[in-house]
Amino acid sequence: MTLAAATIGEPRNSWLRRISDVLTARRGFFLLLLLIPPLLWLGVVYLGSLFALLAESFFSLDDFSGIVVRQPTLATYAELFRPANFDIIVRTTLIAATVTILSIVVAFPIAYYAARYARGRAKAAFYLAVMMPLWSSYLVKVYAWKLLLAKEGVIGWVMNAIGATPILNAALATPVIGGPALSTSYIGMVLVFMYLWIPYMILPVQAALERVPGSLIEASGDLGANPGQTFRTVILPLALPGVVAGAIFTFSLTLGDYIVPEIVGPSSLILGQVVYVQQGTAGNIPLAAAFSVVPILVMGVLLTIAKRTGAFDAL
Amino acid sequence: MVADMTAATAPAAASFRGVSRLFGDVRAVDRLDLDVAPGEFFAMLGPSGSGKTTCLRLIAGFEQPSEGEISIFGEPMAGVPAYRRPVNTVFQDYALFPHMNVLANVCYGLTIRGVAREEREKLGREALALVKLAGMEARKPGQLSGGQRQRVALARALVVRPKVLLLDEPLGALDLKLREEMQGELKSLHRRLGLTFVFVTHDQGEALSMADRVAVFNEGRLVQVGAPDEIYERPQTRFVADFVGGSNVIEPETTRAWIGVAKAASLRPEKIAVLADGATASGDAVVIVGTVSEVLYHGATKRIEVATDVGRLVAAVPAREGPAVAGGGVRLAFSRDALHLMDGP
Repeated sequence: MTLAAATIGEPRNSWLRRISDVLTARRGFFLLLLLIPPLLWLGVVYLGSLFALLAESFFSLDDFSGIVVRQPTLATYAELFRPANFDIIVRTTLIAATVTILSIVVAFPIAYYAARYARGRAKAAFYLAVMMPLWSSYLVKVYAWKLLLAKEGVIGWVMNAIGATPILNAALATPVIGGPALSTSYIGMVLVFMYLWIPYMILPVQAALERVPGSLIEASGDLGANPGQTFRTVILPLALPGVVAGAIFTFSLTLGDYIVPEIVGPSSLILGQVVYVQQGTAGNIPLAAAFSVVPILVMGVLLTIAKRTGAFDAL
Repeated sequence: MVADMTAATAPAAASFRGVSRLFGDVRAVDRLDLDVAPGEFFAMLGPSGSGKTTCLRLIAGFEQPSEGEISIFGEPMAGVPAYRRPVNTVFQDYALFPHMNVLANVCYGLTIRGVAREEREKLGREALALVKLAGMEARKPGQLSGGQRQRVALARALVVRPKVLLLDEPLGALDLKLREEMQGELKSLHRRLGLTFVFVTHDQGEALSMADRVAVFNEGRLVQVGAPDEIYERPQTRFVADFVGGSNVIEPETTRAWIGVAKAASLRPEKIAVLADGATASGDAVVIVGTVSEVLYHGATKRIEVATDVGRLVAAVPAREGPAVAGGGVRLAFSRDALHLMDGP
């Protein structure tokens, strides 16, 4: 009775409310207002600089004067195929691929546990553990790893203490990936890259697995699939978009990095370092730009292959 | 009765012996003894949280009993994982694989069993035809309507020839017209295939209209099991009387006054008539006066809620009869035979 009897006034007709009336009536205008700042950022700052870079790669450097010749040419791209440069591209791509594959192997079980089993406090602990390494400086972490991996470092010391030095030596004696110490070998470099990028693999995979309803897994079992078959035919295909998203992160971050290889790993350069050297000391902006286009092309090829194999069918 | 007759000749399609399922301290299923006869269309009916879905999941193997034993056609199921059980489930949310097309979904169980492609696609197409979805093979589940998804889920479960088909609220997400259509189709499928169907629902109308036998669950316990008419006409407890068909429950002191027996009784709304002005009831009828508190129109009938001295009574009368609006006085009449005395609490 009191509810029916009470008189409740209209909300106060403030000017903010009147603006809302206009925006509600004209949705297109509202969307435009909403999108102008990010579109300016994306269009001008982000894509603009990318295209400036792309344009620069079609110029060339005059070898004698060291001045950039602003004439469209493919000469700079041709330089990429000189054995010394092409080597760098292949080496970097192989390192990035190794980092990506190993990250998937390590991240998947963690993501699976977090998505399907962790609840409440365990889940909070999971997010904390995955994110915490991201809170500290990247440079500090890489130097910390250098100390861990050094000849007299913590890992060598622990290996010695548990009598596993022969294993370490065998690993270091492996051609190509080995070296005098972990900190100057590709093994060490890949370990550090994995450490740095693994949160970027775990989180998208976990998000993808989280979206797989439990009833799908039950349905698969119900229809006679054992857990292994369920994993191959249901869980993995549905998690694949997440794995691909994570792989894009680990792969492209490795392709573009120039600090880790500077501190850990053998002395031969990888792609990011070459870009750094060419645009800096060498002053060859066109070649630096051409090198920067390589990761874009590699990623483009990889994503096309992924799409062809149906990795995004479950999106 | 059906279960008793068949138990002597063949093992039950699904049998529960002293089965409990505990989640922490909560007994989701509490000391259940139940037999589902082979070839039966069996409904498990109850409100949410009554344990009916857990029972279904116990048969499917998604849950293991905390106590007691479950067997399927005489085979004990302790330690047998879901993927080794001769039963298949139609899930409430259908659980179709979103990355596979309709045919691949239906053929999934056959693919797992290693049936050759040609053979399995033939069987898959047959199953789709059975549920009237021929021609939809290449669609993805996301492109189907709710009713169509339901049929795919049904075809997918049936194509592997389960000994028992489990249906978990399969019609819950469908609109009324589709639901009625599917009810008829499920019933006819059951008749044609001769399989055992175990069907979980919270909709008493669905349970009564489709099942050969209905088990009513409340708070983890089996309250009553029997043929639909038995459950409807002769409820054993207040819960069954109220939950199945919204019967009026008459308190023992009132029944003592009316028929001289102090026992709670159920009184079906449709057994109560509204007396027109000036009309008199037949000799042995009970007549009660009251005030109409609500009139709910249901098309063919209407439900009239009446406040009386013995509590609230609901009468279901043909839509043309009785008062049209709430507020007025009314006389209700019913035969003493219409009172069904209940043995249970």
